Amino acid sequence: MTDKSPTDAPNAARKRWMAVLARAGANAIAARLEGIGEIPAFVRLRGPEIGLAMARGRTGGGGAPFNLGEVAVTRCTVRAEGGPIGHAYVTGRDARHAELAAQVDALMQDASRAAELERSVIAPLEAAETVRRATIAAKAEATKVRFFAMRNMRT
Amino acid sequence: MYVTVKGGEKAIDAAHAWMAEERRGDPAVPEIGVAQIAEQLGRAVDRVMGEGSLYDRDLAALALKQSQGDAIEAAFLLRAYRTTLPRFAHTTPIDTASMRAERRVSAIFKDLPGGQILGPTYDYTHRLLDFALAAGGPVPAAPMAEPDTAPLPRVPDILGHEGLLEADADADATLDAVPGDLTREPLMFPAGRDIRLQALARGDEGFLLALGYSTQRGYGGSHPFAGEIRMGEVSLEIEPAELGFAIDIGDIVVTECQMVNQFKGSKTVPAQFTRGYGLVFGHAERKAMAMALVDRAMRAEELGEECTAPAQNVEFVLYHSDNIEATGFVEHLKLPHYVDFQSELQNVRRMRSELREAAE
Repeated sequence: MTDKSPTDAPNAARKRWMAVLARAGANAIAARLEGIGEIPAFVRLRGPEIGLAMARGRTGGGGAPFNLGEVAVTRCTVRAEGGPIGHAYVTGRDARHAELAAQVDALMQDASRAAELERSVIAPLEAAETVRRATIAAKAEATKVRFFAMRNMRT
Repeated sequence: MYVTVKGGEKAIDAAHAWMAEERRGDPAVPEIGVAQIAEQLGRAVDRVMGEGSLYDRDLAALALKQSQGDAIEAAFLLRAYRTTLPRFAHTTPIDTASMRAERRVSAIFKDLPGGQILGPTYDYTHRLLDFALAAGGPVPAAPMAEPDTAPLPRVPDILGHEGLLEADADADATLDAVPGDLTREPLMFPAGRDIRLQALARGDEGFLLALGYSTQRGYGGSHPFAGEIRMGEVSLEIEPAELGFAIDIGDIVVTECQMVNQFKGSKTVPAQFTRGYGLVFGHAERKAMAMALVDRAMRAEELGEECTAPAQNVEFVLYHSDNIEATGFVEHLKLPHYVDFQSELQNVRRMRSELREAAE
C-alpha cells in the first residue's frame, strides 16, 4: 500500500495529517486550535454521521482477505468559507472529533495556513501519539524474556 | 409455533421496572459508570465486541452495564445497534506483521527474532484471590525499558522459508478480493475459509473453547503447537471514493494466534506442518487460540484427513457457533406455545384413550 509514484506525493502529506487527526481526541484538537488566530467559518457538507467500516483480516495473516468484524466510524465533510473541502473518517462515535478533524483537513490544504497549523496542531498531536506508542513499547520491552540461564549454559 | 396474545402489558412494564431497579442494585452503593467498565472490565468489553462483531469500547461497556454483565445479552445489544448504522467502507486487510505488539509469545521458538514479549498477562499468576484489590488503592506503575525497534516477523514467515510450514493460503490473492460476508448473505455450504473465519471471529468463546479442547482430547486431533500469539494495536485504513486514496482512520486492538499442527503429508504433498488461524477483536487470547484450533480442524477435508469429529464438521460448527442465534432459538422456548402444546396434549389424550379402549 506504499505507492511511491510522484503523483501520490501530495497525498502522502495529507495522509499523514489525516492519520494524526484520526488518532487525536476532539479535546486535544480543540485545545491546539485555540492557539491559532482567526479561522474561517465552515459549512457542513456531510455529517458528522456515525456508520461502520468492515475490518478485514487475512487468512493465516498473509493470505486472502476475510471479514473480521465491523468498527464504529464517524465521518464528516466540511468546506472552509471560500476554501477547500476537508474530509475526516475517524474510529469511534465522537461527532465533534470528526468535525474538527475535517475542519483541520480543510485548513491544511490552504497553503497560507498550512505551516502554522503544522507547527501548532499537527506536529504536537503527532508528538503526543509518538509518546503514547513509545510508552506502550517501553512497557512491552520490560516484559521481554531474557533466557540468561540458557544463554550462559551455551557460552 | 407460538402465537401473539394480548394482555400482560402491565405485567411486562412492572417486570421491566423491577429489572431496572435490580440492575441499579442498592442505591447506597455508588452507581458504576460506563467509563469504569470500559477501563476496568476490559476483557469483558473485548468479548462483547468480538461476539457482537462491532468494535466500539464505549458501546460494549454500555451494553454490559445495561445487561448487568450478561455477555451474550450485551453482544445481542451490539448486533441490534449495528443494524441501525450504514456501512461506509471496508478496511484494507489489517497487517498483523506491523502490529505494535504488547504481547508476542511463541511456544515453538525460544529465541525467535524480536523475542518473547509477555505483555500484560495472567499467565504465571498463582490464581490466588487478591484481597488487596477488594480494598482498592493506587497501583504501582509498570516498569519500562528502552524499546527494541527490531521488527517482529511472523512465525510462518520465519519457518516458511524452508517449506516446512505451509504457506498462507491464497497468499497471491489480491487484497482487493471481495470476501464473503455473513452480515450480508446467509450462511451457505460449502463455506469457504473466508466465511468460516468470519463466523469463528464472531462465534461464542465457550463453544469454540469446548470444540478446540475436544480436538486436543482426540476428537479430530491434529497435535497443535502455539506457533505464535500476538496482541496489540493495528492501524485501520480505508479508501473513501471521494478521496481516491487510502487513509488511516485509527487503531484497534486485536489478538492473533498462529497454531502450527502436525501433518503426515500425502502422495503429492511432502510432510509439513499445517496451520490454523485465529484473529479476534481486543485482548482475547483464549478465543484466538480456540478459533485457530477449530479453523484447523475444519480443514480436515481439504487436507485429506478423515472427518469423524464434531470440530471437523463445518456445518455443525458454523450452524452452532453464533451465540446470538443460539440464544434466540433456545430462549424462544419461553414464549407462549399455548396452541402448540394444546394440540400435543389432545394427541396424547387421544392416544391414551385409544389404548385404554383397546384394553377394555
